[in-house]
Amino acid sequence: MSKTMTLTLQIWRQRSANTPGSMQTYKLEGVNEHMSFLEMLDVLNAKLTKDGQDPVAFDHDCREGICGSCSMVIDGRPHGPRKGTTACQLHMRTYKDGDTITIEPWRAKAFPVIKDLVVDRSSFDRIVAAGGFVSVNTGVTVDANATPIGKKNADEAMDYAACIGCGACVAACPNAAAMLFTGAKVGHLVKLPQGQVERRGRVLRMVEQMDHEGFGACTNHRECSEACPKEISFDAIELLNREYMRAQVTND
Amino acid sequence: MDLNAKIPDGPIEGKWDRHRFEMKLVNPANKRKYNIIVVGTGLAGASAAASLAELGYNVDCFCFQDSPRRAHSIAAQGGINAAKNYQNDGDSIYRLFYDTVKGGDFRAREANVYRLAQISVNIIDQCVAQGVPFAREYGGLLSNRSFGGAQVSRTFYARGQTGQQLLLGAYQALERQIGAGKVKMYARHEMLDLVVIDGVARGIITRDLVTGETRGWVGDAVVLATGGYGNVFYLSTNAKGSNVTATYRAYKRGAGFGNPCFTQIHPTCIPVSGDYQSKLTLMSESLRNDGRVWVPKQKGDTRRPEQIPEDERDYYLERRYPSFGNLVPRDVASRAAKAVCDEGRGVGPSKMAVYLDFADAVRRLGQNVVADRYGNLFEMYERITGEDPYKTPMRIFPAVHYTMGGLWVDYNLMSTVPGLHVLGEANFSDHGANRLGASALMQGLADGYFIIPYTIGNYLAQAKLPKITVEHPEVQRCLAGVRAQTTRLLGIKGRTTVDEFHRELGLVMWDYCGMGRTAEGLKIALQKIPEIRARFWSDVAVPGANEELNPWLEKAGRVADFLEFGELMCLDALERNESCGGHFREEYQTPDGEALRDDANYSYAAVWEYTGEGSAPRLNKEPLEFKNVKLATRSYA
Ligand SMILES: Cc1cc2nc3c(=O)[nH]c(=O)nc-3n(C[C@H](O)[C@H](O)[C@H](O)COP(=O)(O)OP(=O)(O)OC[C@H]3O[C@@H](n4cnc5c(N)ncnc54)[C@H](O)[C@@H]3O)c2cc1C
Ligand code: SF4
Ligand code: FES
Repeated sequence: MSKTMTLTLQIWRQRSANTPGSMQTYKLEGVNEHMSFLEMLDVLNAKLTKDGQDPVAFDHDCREGICGSCSMVIDGRPHGPRKGTTACQLHMRTYKDGDTITIEPWRAKAFPVIKDLVVDRSSFDRIVAAGGFVSVNTGVTVDANATPIGKKNADEAMDYAACIGCGACVAACPNAAAMLFTGAKVGHLVKLPQGQVERRGRVLRMVEQMDHEGFGACTNHRECSEACPKEISFDAIELLNREYMRAQVTND
Repeated sequence: MDLNAKIPDGPIEGKWDRHRFEMKLVNPANKRKYNIIVVGTGLAGASAAASLAELGYNVDCFCFQDSPRRAHSIAAQGGINAAKNYQNDGDSIYRLFYDTVKGGDFRAREANVYRLAQISVNIIDQCVAQGVPFAREYGGLLSNRSFGGAQVSRTFYARGQTGQQLLLGAYQALERQIGAGKVKMYARHEMLDLVVIDGVARGIITRDLVTGETRGWVGDAVVLATGGYGNVFYLSTNAKGSNVTATYRAYKRGAGFGNPCFTQIHPTCIPVSGDYQSKLTLMSESLRNDGRVWVPKQKGDTRRPEQIPEDERDYYLERRYPSFGNLVPRDVASRAAKAVCDEGRGVGPSKMAVYLDFADAVRRLGQNVVADRYGNLFEMYERITGEDPYKTPMRIFPAVHYTMGGLWVDYNLMSTVPGLHVLGEANFSDHGANRLGASALMQGLADGYFIIPYTIGNYLAQAKLPKITVEHPEVQRCLAGVRAQTTRLLGIKGRTTVDEFHRELGLVMWDYCGMGRTAEGLKIALQKIPEIRARFWSDVAVPGANEELNPWLEKAGRVADFLEFGELMCLDALERNESCGGHFREEYQTPDGEALRDDANYSYAAVWEYTGEGSAPRLNKEPLEFKNVKLATRSYA
């Protein structure tokens, strides 16, 4: 038999971007230990709906840790207590009967709240639009195996490319910096021969956009990679700094 | 309904080349005078929007997620097929073509599948050039793995995140065009209607999911790349937002819907653990290489798996299919699991699961080797179930995974409504009655990168498109219709949640239009669905208002469409009196329980035509001819 529990939930409620929000307390009974964290919120929302109250809005889609939609700070930690795990992959067996859980949105100037736990992360898209790509049009005729790429570089590129664009790094950072996210994209492309041609301009433009969006500066707290559900290494930030310095002193 | 597939003449190898030569072109300087609406930013939509913008067209692009990068394609795990023959193991365009037609149980259009196989090689070139970090060998060349339904190694992959990496490649190409101002991106926008003027698709209606604003858009052509409808079953491996709304509403505006009943059920998913369950998670089919599938011989056995002695276990796949054993194709493995559970021999709390046991593999290979092969999957399983598969067998059960059906398209990917093009999982596709693993990603990118950029030019160069604006009465009429539906949904103020209705529909679909279908069961479903729908429209509880972010209102609209579409699926399944691929009609099976096709009577694509509310849809048929592949029966015993 699976265990059930009763929880006290303290959730940030905010009707819209322009109205002030506040923490509200809800009691939820009969939470099954095998539920995912988001399924627990589904149960709460069904109850609120039936009681004629406004359910809690949150972003989600894949519910398997890959789309990067889910975004909530659980007991002060983006995506909750389990390392390398998104909120949607968290299960209630992590908790016990009688626990109190606080749930809040990402908080950062560059991620304004839209409603409750939902924030606007379009600033990330604009950082990519500024240079996070290789400028090749459709119709390439070079055979895919024409340029061998060492397995080590390919693997490192993949490590960086695993970023899901969730924004937990920003939410965890005391300065709300987007260095880990930006560094991961720069790192992915710089590890590959295809990324070399635009290497300099890419990092300059992406960093400029990052600053323009109102993200803070990195002061080496390292909270970002601790919170990152894909465990993107802090090396991404060192790499970003190196690439940025290099770009300022070269003109290739 | 005109179902001319417009297949070019001549031998199959030369059709696409010839067609590319014969198609009309839009002069480069004129392209910027055209406006194209692309709905969807998955592999199909993002690749199309980016490629069209690169050519010079102006593109308005829409998705319902907060970013184009989050489209459901991001979740694909295993890989993408291409006939590169890098492994020198005898692969060729012809072999990929043949495997796909056969895998689809001979219910796909030959010419399209051949073109898909031809284009597959270009996709890999394109993706590598974009910086997609495919897995590589120590020598630096691309690595391949094998997938079901093929005897060659032609699947390219990026760890267990192939869909993510391919989508990020397409998304980055799209963002580049957004940055250049050629694509205007509207995220958190949902398409709620198609605007057809004088018989031609000219625009769409959207709702801004943040502000609730309903708006009309006009353009010279509309491209739908809105994905599959597996969520009609409520539980599936699809993302929560995946829906049928865009394609269904286009169907109601005149686009024929092809083979709606063709759905794929994947055999290895984590089973349902309770009625709060919101989605199902796929476990890669590669696990069946080393895992052994079994259930207890005895019905209702409640012992723990390790307490059940060897001679009281039934390794039913190895027993029934001695030559393929645990590696039978998806549809066969799924049906066999259902059969043992129906007999009362299922395991776990729900009794709707079978064991996938690695004890032998650990004994034979050692835990390290098993961890090396499947470590990440074991971890994922542990995260969800709290059980350690090294110690106790996994519990798995089949789950809805993919929909082969979709809007009917001709060789140019145009639907029966001129100007409306449909790409990716949203069209009725090249996969016939069953899709092979690693072929959906291939098809989405083939459609978006390499087919639509040509065929849309051919359409635009010949179409006569009078100037219109959003003030056009037809746009206004559609807008009013969408607003009225929103008002109606919000006004019901009933007691039953949207999810409760969705679950109820899902159960009916699963019981009667799932892995096994019968005429009798389908008739029951056809009675139950309208009954649920009627209750929905009188008792659904949709909280909140229109003028705000309202996920429940969004969901209510999608479920309203599923409640109509489910009926169409059942009709289609009832009409097809044969078993083929994922469509298993229990009345039509061989003595050993395998699918029995009826080529004499059912070698066609069923294309359904909307005839108005309350009136039965009309069935049209596109006959399928097989000139290059010989029709044969599949056998795995
Ligand atoms: C778990 C899983 C694993 C898979 N693994 C593989 C694999 O290894 N290999 C393989 O080949 N295939 C795999 N598949 C199948 C494959 O991922 C999909 O078929 C494919 O990605 C679909 O791509 P698409 O571009 O057609 O649609 P999607 O990626 O589903 O994109 C749909 C887009 O349309 C938008 N949209 C939908 N409706 C609306 C609307 N009404 N208004 C506005 N926008 C809308 C969405 O926002 C989204 O951008 C897998 C599927 C699943 C579920
Ligand atoms: S770096 Fe990590 S935390 Fe930041 S967006 Fe990417 S996946 Fe999320
Ligand atoms: S919902 Fe997709 S990562 Fe959590």
